[in-house]
Amino acid sequence: MRVALFLTCVNDTLYPDTGRAVVRLLTRLGVEVDFPMGQTCCGQAHYNTGYRHEAEPLAVRFAEVFRGYEAIVTPSGSCGAMVRELYPRLGERARAEGRGDTLAATLAPVVPKTYELTEFLVDVVGVTDVGAYYPHTVTYHPTCHGLRSLGLGDRPRRLLEAVRGLELVELPGAEECCGFGGTFAVKNPDVSAAMGADKVRHAVSTGAEVLCAADNSCLMHLGGTMARLRTGLRPVHIAEILASTEGEARG
Amino acid sequence: MSGTYLGMPAFPEAARTAVRDATLRGNLRHATHTIRAKRAAAVAEVSDWAALREAGRRIKDHTLRHLDRYLEQVEASVTAAGGIVHWAADADEANRIVARLVRETGESEVVKVKSMATQETGLNEALAEEGIRAYETDLAELIVQLGRDRPSHILVPAIHRNRGEIRDVFRAEMGAWGRPAPEGLTDTPAQLAEAARLHLREKFLRAKVGVSGANFVVAETGTLVVVESEGNGRMCLTLPETLISVVGIEKVVPTWRDLEVFLQTLPRSSTAERMNPYTSMWTGTTEGDGPRVFHLVLLDNGRTDTLADEVGRQALRCIRCSACLNVCPVYERAGGHAYGSVYPGPIGAILSPQLRGTGSAVDASLPYASSLCGACYEVCPVAIDIPEVLVHLRERVVQGGPAVRGGNRVVLRPARGHAAERAAMRAARWAFARPGVLRTGQRLASRTRRFHPRTLPGPGRAWSATRDLPPVPAEPFRDWWRRTGGGADETKGAAR
Repeated sequence: MRVALFLTCVNDTLYPDTGRAVVRLLTRLGVEVDFPMGQTCCGQAHYNTGYRHEAEPLAVRFAEVFRGYEAIVTPSGSCGAMVRELYPRLGERARAEGRGDTLAATLAPVVPKTYELTEFLVDVVGVTDVGAYYPHTVTYHPTCHGLRSLGLGDRPRRLLEAVRGLELVELPGAEECCGFGGTFAVKNPDVSAAMGADKVRHAVSTGAEVLCAADNSCLMHLGGTMARLRTGLRPVHIAEILASTEGEARG
Repeated sequence: MSGTYLGMPAFPEAARTAVRDATLRGNLRHATHTIRAKRAAAVAEVSDWAALREAGRRIKDHTLRHLDRYLEQVEASVTAAGGIVHWAADADEANRIVARLVRETGESEVVKVKSMATQETGLNEALAEEGIRAYETDLAELIVQLGRDRPSHILVPAIHRNRGEIRDVFRAEMGAWGRPAPEGLTDTPAQLAEAARLHLREKFLRAKVGVSGANFVVAETGTLVVVESEGNGRMCLTLPETLISVVGIEKVVPTWRDLEVFLQTLPRSSTAERMNPYTSMWTGTTEGDGPRVFHLVLLDNGRTDTLADEVGRQALRCIRCSACLNVCPVYERAGGHAYGSVYPGPIGAILSPQLRGTGSAVDASLPYASSLCGACYEVCPVAIDIPEVLVHLRERVVQGGPAVRGGNRVVLRPARGHAAERAAMRAARWAFARPGVLRTGQRLASRTRRFHPRTLPGPGRAWSATRDLPPVPAEPFRDWWRRTGGGADETKGAAR
């Protein structure tokens, strides 16, 4: 099976290790991965900040770049939700504005083919044990768009539970938002920081070494908060945990 | 809406103060987390909750679509039952009507049932200007009124107050309004409730005019419904000779069968009760029983304008349960007052900018008072997609566009203060349309990474005041991919 990696602009620029982990993991599972060089940004930040019309050309670019693949895999719950939940809405709004069906028709083919990474592993590849080894205590934060928009459910947890050496500890108030929220983090910095500090306090209370999530933008906010508070907790994307193997841990 | 809220600072500034108030944070955290857990349990025991939610959504959508017809039916059925119907286009008109009706009774005081519509119109202040004293009789509204405070929650207006603060308010203020607080009043709930009971009983027995809102109006019979916990509402609805009910036009449900759905979802969503203690229903007037004169004031106040908006109109489905407030992480930290409206929390963030427009600083900031986490949508018993409407209203703020205000089609201009953001968004879109430009930018960031500061100046401080910046990697992913031929070395032989 040949799939396209939709890495997202944030991961491409700031978190290449997450991308490398996805490539390593999927290749190990027998999935052929391509990274279409034409990809940039899904337009989520534009859309969510109120610039829907600026998001449209980015969505069209996405659809054109990824159209030819059987599946599109992304290690980001919120960018995945942008494509799956909000691209159809872009089409609907264009239609309501009297601009016809062109946008909806352009975007439609990529919507059902786009999967968040854990969803792709469990539902398409059909694995929960990906053969990973990660000898650390980990607590998992389900990010909002993965949890409530995509409905990832217990998929990430099942994947983590099957990792050898990994001890998964319960995060209190797990389903509460971490306070990132894209531009919310800078438009409402005080509330955002208060939410982040509460989330970090909960994570620290678990005694875990690693705070894991399936979205690096939330981890950027939490990791930045944890570093500032000198908690010693490390933010790690789930792809990097699932890609880890015994060989690497020894080497 | 009420003049009290004019000139409110934008949400981020108001929230900043609230976030730093440790007592307020503690009060809100305790209250919202308690009710949050109870609601979840009360909803979980209903096997057909999803179907009830969908039914509620459909009933409201259907009613709103045919609101003109159902409102005329309400007028006809209420009139036939002996009531008198008045139409108020805005808050001022509603207040004028109520003031006139009270004056015509010759009375100078009224007792009030907890009502969001009259909070919205600022009725108490308007009546005070006419020399009419309005006594709030809902316990929490009484606390707010005595404390010269503002409500901070739809259901629990004094949620920001703890027991000690309430005792102090009762001791200091009750005497000026009527029966003073008993000597030696402590902060135990039973003593506080008894003090309120004694204070209010005097008013119930004396009042000749009652003022209420309504949770629902059943069009087929012209029946008004008030759902409450304390029974104080029941006193106001039954003892006075004249009853004046101010009701938003979106409160109509076509039939009693429709009402059945909401009488199941409302108590569980709001107080986490299977059934609320008091449900009062009245149809016009009845000889020898209850008020002899009944007036219904139907309030528009921006609702018809809201109804014209295809995306935003779903806010009118709201049944004021406040489940979205209780679950909202932003409300929990910012408190209700930061929203600058009688409607705080997520529903307020989409209702106020529609009912009042996005002209003021606070209204233009409300659509951004959310991390879009979606918890509000998840708990909403009428499935209002609050994040969808928030984003829609953000678009209205930054871009302007067609809207209906005061019944007229207008083209709104973009709000001020978004020029730099708009330019940045356009620049980003331009760069993202050119992978080569993106790559150049990424490389530049990578090559200069040793010189990146840990904190940012200017607007960047909003991020770096509390959070370190993420370190920029030595090379972006796309360079690694190209350099290694798709990571050939790293993944070689890794396939099973």
